[in-house]
Amino acid sequence: MHPLLQVDNLTTVIHTATGLAWPVDGLSLKIEKGETFALLGESGCGKSITALSIMRLLPEAGAIAAGSVCLDGQDLLLLPETSMRDVRGRRISMIFQEPMLSLNPVMTVAEQIGEVLQRHFGLGGTVARERILEILNQVGIPDAARRMDEYPFQFSGGMKQRMMIAMALAGEPELLIADEPTTALDVTIQAQVLDLMRSLQQRNGMSILLITHDLAVAAETADRIGIMYAGEIVETAPRDVFFRGPAHPYSRKLLASVPGRDRRGAGTRLSAIPGNVPSPSHKFSGCRFADRCDRAWALCLEAAPGWSAVGDGQQARCHLLEHDSSSFALLPSRNEKGEMQARNSGTAAEAGSKVTVLHRPVTAPEPDLLAVTDLKVHFPIYKGLIKKAVGAVKAVDGVSLSLRRGRTLALVGESGCGKTTVGKGILQLIPVSGGSVKYNGIELVGLESKRLRELRAEFQLVFQDPYSSLNPRMRIMEVIREGMNALNVKNHGKEHSGNRQSDGSGGEVDRLLESVGLRPEAKWRYPHEFSGGQRQRIAIARALAVRPKLIVCDEPTSALDVSVQAQILNLLGDLQDSLELAYLFITHNISVVEYIADEVAVMYLGRIVESGSVDEVLNSPKHPYTQALLSAVPVIEPESKRHIIRLQGDLPSPSNPPSGCHFHPRCPHAMPICREVYPATSRFSPTHQTHCHLYPQDKVAKGNHAQEYVYDGR
Amino acid sequence: MPFTPVIFWTDALVYLLALVIAVFVWQVRRNEHLLVPWRRVGQSASGMAALTALLFFVVVGLLDTVHVRFPVNDGAGVEKTYSAEVLSLLDVIATPLRTRVEKTYSAPFAAHLYAKENIELPDGAQARDFPRLKFGGVHLADPKAQRSEDIISRALKGSGIGLLVWCMIVAALTMGLAHRAGRPFGSTWAAMWRGTTGIRWNAILVTLLLMLLLWGAALALCSYYHILGTDKVGQDVFYLSLKSIRTGLVIGTLTTLMMLPFALFLGITAGYFQGWVDDVIQYLYTTLSSIPSVLLIAAAVLMMQVYMETHPELFETIAARADLRLLFLCIILGVTSWTGLCRLLRGETLKLREMEYIQAAHAFGVGHWRIISRHILPNVMHIVLITTVMDFSGLVLAEAVLSYVGVGVDPSMISFGTMINAARLEMAREPMVWWSLLSAFSFMFTLVLSANLFADAVQNAFDPRIMIISPKAAIKDSASRGGEHSPAISHQ
Repeated sequence: MHPLLQVDNLTTVIHTATGLAWPVDGLSLKIEKGETFALLGESGCGKSITALSIMRLLPEAGAIAAGSVCLDGQDLLLLPETSMRDVRGRRISMIFQEPMLSLNPVMTVAEQIGEVLQRHFGLGGTVARERILEILNQVGIPDAARRMDEYPFQFSGGMKQRMMIAMALAGEPELLIADEPTTALDVTIQAQVLDLMRSLQQRNGMSILLITHDLAVAAETADRIGIMYAGEIVETAPRDVFFRGPAHPYSRKLLASVPGRDRRGAGTRLSAIPGNVPSPSHKFSGCRFADRCDRAWALCLEAAPGWSAVGDGQQARCHLLEHDSSSFALLPSRNEKGEMQARNSGTAAEAGSKVTVLHRPVTAPEPDLLAVTDLKVHFPIYKGLIKKAVGAVKAVDGVSLSLRRGRTLALVGESGCGKTTVGKGILQLIPVSGGSVKYNGIELVGLESKRLRELRAEFQLVFQDPYSSLNPRMRIMEVIREGMNALNVKNHGKEHSGNRQSDGSGGEVDRLLESVGLRPEAKWRYPHEFSGGQRQRIAIARALAVRPKLIVCDEPTSALDVSVQAQILNLLGDLQDSLELAYLFITHNISVVEYIADEVAVMYLGRIVESGSVDEVLNSPKHPYTQALLSAVPVIEPESKRHIIRLQGDLPSPSNPPSGCHFHPRCPHAMPICREVYPATSRFSPTHQTHCHLYPQDKVAKGNHAQEYVYDGR
Repeated sequence: MPFTPVIFWTDALVYLLALVIAVFVWQVRRNEHLLVPWRRVGQSASGMAALTALLFFVVVGLLDTVHVRFPVNDGAGVEKTYSAEVLSLLDVIATPLRTRVEKTYSAPFAAHLYAKENIELPDGAQARDFPRLKFGGVHLADPKAQRSEDIISRALKGSGIGLLVWCMIVAALTMGLAHRAGRPFGSTWAAMWRGTTGIRWNAILVTLLLMLLLWGAALALCSYYHILGTDKVGQDVFYLSLKSIRTGLVIGTLTTLMMLPFALFLGITAGYFQGWVDDVIQYLYTTLSSIPSVLLIAAAVLMMQVYMETHPELFETIAARADLRLLFLCIILGVTSWTGLCRLLRGETLKLREMEYIQAAHAFGVGHWRIISRHILPNVMHIVLITTVMDFSGLVLAEAVLSYVGVGVDPSMISFGTMINAARLEMAREPMVWWSLLSAFSFMFTLVLSANLFADAVQNAFDPRIMIISPKAAIKDSASRGGEHSPAISHQ
């Protein structure tokens, strides 16, 4: 009996400007019928190229150099291109990451699915339409008979991904390759799509090759897991066995670098993997992970390790396992030892100090560094010849929040809810339509531009995408000095105040680079010479250069890999400790929130629906949206079989929000009153408050929601 | 001083342009990130071959730009008076070509005129026959018998000298490179020939060899024959073709120089400030580009022509007048052709201004003009470069079209357009006069083709999406990887 898919020693080369790259280098895997195999790895490790190699859809510059890909015993690499076309879409289908880009915008959904049916089954006319309807019903498109003749732009992101799945299913494939199927989607939508894939698999009995970088998605979906690193699989194991005890040092590190509340509770730093994923053009002689592994020894650099079985179907490529596989799993590494001690006892001096820093007593009534009251940012919609404003996109519609020195406030919400706009509105980078933003008691809204420019040194911004946040034509030195020059930052540092005139601010730039963990020589180089994580460090150094007190971090880690994300979160934590920075942390990643935030504000459609300290909000969420959001987040712990609250539909458009409570069309507890009145504040503790009719509310005039946001100073 | 230099308007601008390019090259050499795409240009065989051909045109054009006037009365009188004729260095070098004017048409390499005339025979009788040329092939006693043999031997001799010069250049170049790299002569030569050096010297040298062979032959022959024939008034067509090069180059480059300020300033401000500024600029270029450009150019040229004819006292020489007309043509072409680049720049700026590093600069309170000059301008320069190089060939062709229509350069100025215009009527004549058109065509074709190939190479090098690697380098690389994979590589 063959496994459904057997890949042996697959090697793929890509011709690049600098030479040959080997993104997939001797990869072997096996997928049984009806099984979900998750290929896990960080970006650049060759996951997607593996999928494209199996489909034989490599880009022009790529070629399969060696190996075999057997589907049910038949080697796909030996097939002529014409027979390969019968395989694609029929026996193997693929779902891509970006549903917006993988559907043809000028063809209706029915036409696109019909193409598959025509090609592989010769179906046409009414027979095809019936089949399309059946498939669309299968993937849960409401009102499919009508919507099948609509164009992709008329569907939301989650619906588009369902369409992609429908297209993939049309050929009734034996194997479905899903390349990061939910990465571009919000958590609530992700839960819907993963759920759909699971149920379809149970019904049709197909196999799934799930490619993902998200450990939690793999933990929830997969039967078996393969960890990929630098072009090869370093460990495979059944899901439960893997998450109970990963064998390869890389897998262990990867699992340890996921932020979460348990890590924060003990006050430990995340265990970041030093360095970066090696480039695919790198030539390896020994173990690929050796230079980042803290347990590497001489043999690791010399010989590539073979497979060693650990038991329970788990096997890994590591020299440590070859010798003593039984004791290894129990033997903690040098670093892990320290961490475990800190985690268990909490007596380690360093860990102890961290705890006090992170949980500083809040008794002293410190004045707020930042106080935002009823902030509104509306973007007018112009229509017609004379461009009359016919309405407004209420991106931010009455947001109030406050932040004290040295604290972190996390602003959480799905994409399109207005989080980023809040950040920019606070920094006065976009015109504010109403409300007030007080920084240290100074009103920023409507402040004259000269005065505002002087204040700009106090609050800075770190962006999401480290690739577009640095000007590619400026050296690091110029990047960092730009703000210092523009704002005329004086050197308060005693040791540097004298020599500023003599050597410019060269010393200052060096100091900044060192403070974010880069070598001073880096200042002479250009941004393209750095990796994503290093660029994010530079962006942080640039913000720090003007000595801000407040940094708005706009999803600073969402473009980074888990291991690098841990490095950046650690860095942000250290800087907060040493410089007493306040962070407004904008993110959609709940596990990052759990790790870094002191307070949390949950945003839905331009308004904050719930806010409070991190423990209050995450342990006992009150608002139905918060509850649904938290339940939809995939978790690694296999034993916690949580109940997912499924949200129907998608985020409504902020140009035309639902009446009453914005959440009522998707809320499982919606009552008649929810359709009419926006709920006032409900308080559970001095810090914890929400806006929901389920709870007793403060006595405030109803009907005028602006009144309800009267700032109370806490 | 036996002569006095004359600097026309276009000359001054050409010098300025040369200076700008020199500064640009110096700047690029200093900055590693600017140098990287140019290295890729150096890797392109067709690009380097085209550049070599272009350089030849540029040298001819520059020689034709240095203008002087010679005195007519050798300082014997009280006051030196200068000739009304302004000559360029090229004219001086090509004096034999310039001065040996026949009566009328003669075919390439001909020893006789192209038209029959009444000839007075030595015995006093009249006969109607093709008369001998005054200069072309006069050294031959019996053209019919000796001509082809003479041409071949002279051409071979000239080519031989060309080959010799090429060998000398190659030797000097290899020696220089070997010295700089610290490698032995032989291996440097082998590397150059196999094309594994940073710059594709093999392509350059092959082009250079071809050109030197052709030029050696042409130069050896041109003082004995009219190698491309003569035109209606007996001027050597080879000389006319050489003179046309400058006109084409000036139009191609100066128009760009005229257009750039408009396109850069308006395009970037429209994209950056948006709002009413954007509206005004958009209306401006939409209006401008909806007027037929030939009409606009014709109107402007005619107006200028009338002004010049009513004010003859403004111009010291005919050449000065023709030059000013050329400059105005450049300005008019520039004013009408900035819209395309402006639109491109506006679009790119619209994209760039949303980039996070621009927002970071805003968060630092950096001023608008500083953001434009430090963040936006450097990031659109690749578009400017690609567009100007691509537009160059279009403008050279546009000049030919406009001169043909009659609204181009001054009739006294030699250009490809005037040559074609003059040859137009003779195409219908029997027997046909074809060489004027053919030489204008082949010179213009070579110039435009090499400009286009070079533009292509530049565009490829600056476009990050196109990453081409030569198969040789790939094989070399896989071999250095230890050869473990190389036998299995298969392109599917």
